[in-house]
Amino acid sequence: MKKQRIALLGAALATAVALAACGSGGGSGSSAGAAPDANAVVQVGSLYEPQNLDNTGGGGQGVTEAFNGNVYEGLFRLTDDGKVEPLLAASNTVSADGLTYTFTLRDGVKFHSGKALTSADVKYSIEKVLAPDSKSARKSSFPEIKSITTPDARTVTVTLAARSISFVYNLSYVWIVNDQAGNLAAKEDGTGPYTLDGWKRGSSLTLKKNPSYWGTPAKNAGVVFHYFTDGSALDNALLTNAVDVVTSEQNPDALAQFTDNPAYKVNDGHSNTKLLLAFNDKVAPFNDVKVRKAVSSAIDDKKLLQSIWGDHGSLIGSMVPPTDPWYTDLTGVNAYDVNAAKALLAEAGHPNGFTFTLDTPNYDPHPTVAAFVKSELAKVGITVNINVITPDQWYTKVYQNKDFTATLQEHVNDRDVVWYGDPNFYWGYDNPQVTAWIKQAEQAGSEAEQTELLKKANQQIAADAASDWLYLYPQIVVASTKLSGYPVNGLNSQFYAYGITKG
Amino acid sequence: MTRYLVRRAALLVGTLLLASVVLFLLLRLLPGDPANALLSVGATPDQVAAARHQIGTDRPLPAQFGHWLSQLATLHFGDSFVSSLPVGPEIVSRLSVTVPLTLAAFVLAVVVAVPVGFLAAHRAHTWYGALAGLVSQLGIAVPAFWLGLLLVWVFALNLRVLPAGGFPPDGWSSFPDAFRALVLPVVTVAVVMAASLIRYVRSATLDVLGSDHLRTARALGSSFPGAMWRHGVRNAAVPVVSVLGIELATTFLGAVVIESVFALPGLGSMLVRGIAQHDYPVIQGVLFVSTLAVLVVGFLADIAQRLIDPRLRGGIAR
Repeated sequence: MKKQRIALLGAALATAVALAACGSGGGSGSSAGAAPDANAVVQVGSLYEPQNLDNTGGGGQGVTEAFNGNVYEGLFRLTDDGKVEPLLAASNTVSADGLTYTFTLRDGVKFHSGKALTSADVKYSIEKVLAPDSKSARKSSFPEIKSITTPDARTVTVTLAARSISFVYNLSYVWIVNDQAGNLAAKEDGTGPYTLDGWKRGSSLTLKKNPSYWGTPAKNAGVVFHYFTDGSALDNALLTNAVDVVTSEQNPDALAQFTDNPAYKVNDGHSNTKLLLAFNDKVAPFNDVKVRKAVSSAIDDKKLLQSIWGDHGSLIGSMVPPTDPWYTDLTGVNAYDVNAAKALLAEAGHPNGFTFTLDTPNYDPHPTVAAFVKSELAKVGITVNINVITPDQWYTKVYQNKDFTATLQEHVNDRDVVWYGDPNFYWGYDNPQVTAWIKQAEQAGSEAEQTELLKKANQQIAADAASDWLYLYPQIVVASTKLSGYPVNGLNSQFYAYGITKG
Repeated sequence: MTRYLVRRAALLVGTLLLASVVLFLLLRLLPGDPANALLSVGATPDQVAAARHQIGTDRPLPAQFGHWLSQLATLHFGDSFVSSLPVGPEIVSRLSVTVPLTLAAFVLAVVVAVPVGFLAAHRAHTWYGALAGLVSQLGIAVPAFWLGLLLVWVFALNLRVLPAGGFPPDGWSSFPDAFRALVLPVVTVAVVMAASLIRYVRSATLDVLGSDHLRTARALGSSFPGAMWRHGVRNAAVPVVSVLGIELATTFLGAVVIESVFALPGLGSMLVRGIAQHDYPVIQGVLFVSTLAVLVVGFLADIAQRLIDPRLRGGIAR
C-alpha cells in the first residue's frame, strides 16, 4: 500500500487522467550476450492494475501500460523520443486551411477476431473517445470535430471546427477497435502484436503473441503483467526472478539493492510527472505575484529532491519537462534564495510573514514534502498549517470547489502546460496574454510557431510564479540484465513489450 | 435439535438482512461522491449528473436498497461503478484464494495450538511448558506483516525455496504453483492465529485440570488420559470452539495486510480498493459475502458446542 502513484485527480479518477501521459518505446536495455529465446515469456511487474480493459471506459493507467501498442494500435504511434510516426495510417494529408485531414489506412491489417480493418472501424473508434459517456482522458484535449466521413473502406476524412496542431499527436492515443466488438470492458479486439490470453483480477494479465500480426512480429512468445499493491513485494518478486522487469520503480529506498547488483540494470528514463506546490492564484495572499515568488524562492527544491529520490529525478523551473519541444531551462527563475524571499515578502507587505493552510494529499510523497515545505517557509517567517486530505476530498474541495489556499499535487499528464491557459482551472491563474498564446499555439500553422508560442507562455508562468514546480519525478525501470529491448521512458505510461528479448 | 436448527437458521437469515441494511446505510454516510470516480479532467456538472444517473446514486435510498436486494435474490451483486464489470465473478475468483488461505491457516493453527496449549497448562512447571507460554506471548506481540516479511526474507530471498509472493495466472489449474504460493501466507496467518489460540487452550485446560470432577474421576481410579478424555476435553473444548469461530471469521477479511505483503488476489484487497474508490457494489458485495461467512461460521460453532456439551442441549443451561 506504500507508494501508490496517483495522478491529478485522486485515486480512481487519477488513473483516467494518467491515460493522457505520452510516450515511447523500443528503448534501451543492454544487448544480450546469449542468443535471445523467441519462446521466452517476459514477466513484467507493475503497480498499476487496469480497472477494466477499455481505455474509454475508465480502464486507467494500467490498461494503457498493458495494451497500448501491444494489443491495440492507433493511426499513429509515439516513438521513444516523443515523435509521432504513422502506424495504421499509411499516409495522411491536411487541407490548406488545416481543417480537413484525410487518412489512408494500411492494407492487410486484421483484427484479432479475423475481421479486416476498415475506415468504419476508425470512425467508430474516434467517436467512441468523444462519446458523452466516454471516460477517456483524451476527450478534453480533442478539438471540436465537425464530421468524420468514410469515402471508401481505406479512407477516413475528419473535418475540424478549428485548426488543431496537436490533432495527429492526440490521435496516437486513440485505439482503433473493431466496430462490431461491443463492450470491451473484459475482452479485446485490437490489431496489435499480442492478443489477450487471460486476466486474473487483482493478480495478473497475460498476453500471447499474435501469430497473424500484420507487421513485425513480437520478439518473444508472450508477456505476463503481474500486479502488486505493495512496492516492496514487487521488489522482492524481481529479486527472486518471479518478474524480469519493473515498469516504474516507486520505492526510492529500494534502489540500492539493484544498483549494487550485477544481475540488474537500473534505467533512468524520462517522465512527465511534476510535483507542484499549487497556489490558489485568486485568493490572498497568493493573488500577489510577489508572495508567490517569495515562497518559490524560499524552498530549496534541490535539497527536497535529493532527500526523496537521491540522485534521481530533476529540477524544472516551470511546467514543461525537457522532453517537450518548447522546453527552456527556467530553473534560474525564482531560484532558491532566502534573502530575496525575505525582501519580496517585505515589499509585499508581509515583513513578518503570514500563515496559510496547505491541503496535502495523504499518500506519498505529499506528507513528507509538506513537512519539508513547512520547515523551509518557517525560515522566512511563514507558518504553514498542514491539512491532510484524501484523494477524494482533494478532488471535491480543491479541484471542483477551489476552496483552498495552497495544495500539493503530482501532475502526470503530458503537455499539460496548456492548463495555465484556462482561467477556470483549479489554480486560478489568469493572465490574458498567456491564455491568448496558448490558444494561438493550438491553432498554429506550423510546429515551429506552436513551439515559439508555448515557450513564451511557459516563460511567463515561471516569471509569474503561477505555481511552484518542485521537481520532475524520475522514471526508473529496473530489469534483469538477461532482458533487452524494453522501453525506459514513462512519458505515456505505456510499456511496449514486442521488442523485448530474454537472453 | 431439529427445532433448534430451524430457529438458529431463521436467526441467521434475520441477522443477515439486518446486517445488509446497516452496511448499505453506513456506506452512504461516507463523505465523497462515487460519481467522481467515473469522470476525467474538466467534467462539467452535467456530466457529473449523468454519471450519477448512470450508476443510480441519484435515486432515493429505499429504491437503491430495493434494487440491490432484488439483485441479491437472483444471486447477482451488480456491476462495479468503476470498472462496469460484474462484481460476483470477481468475488468468486478471489474466494478461490481467500478460502483456502483461511482454512489451511485455521487447520494448521489448531493442529499446533491444541497440543502446545495443553502442554503449556499440564506441564506449566517444566521448561518446555514455560517455553510454550513464552512463544505464544511472542506470537501475539509480533505484527503479522512483519512476520510475513521475515519469512519472505528467509525462505524466498535467501533460501530461495518458496516464491516471495504472487499467485499463478491460471490459479488452481497449476496446482503445485498455487500451493507453493500459499505456503508462506498460510504459515504467517497460522502463527498469529495459533499464538492466541494457545492461550485460550492453556487457560481452558488449566480450568479443567483444577476442577473437582476431574479429581473425583481420578480418585475413582480413572487413568489421567482416560479421565481427561471423558471429563476434561469436552469441558475445555466449549470455550475454545467459540474462540475458534471468531478467529476464523476475523481472518477471512483480516488477511488484507498479508494479501498485500504476498501480492495475493484475495477478498481483503478487493474490499480496500472498493472503499478507496467509493465503489458501492464492490464494497456491498464483499461485505455481504463476508458477513454471510461470519454468520455461517458462528452457526457451525454453535452447533459444534451443542454436540460437545449436552448441557447446552437440554434445559439445564436455560
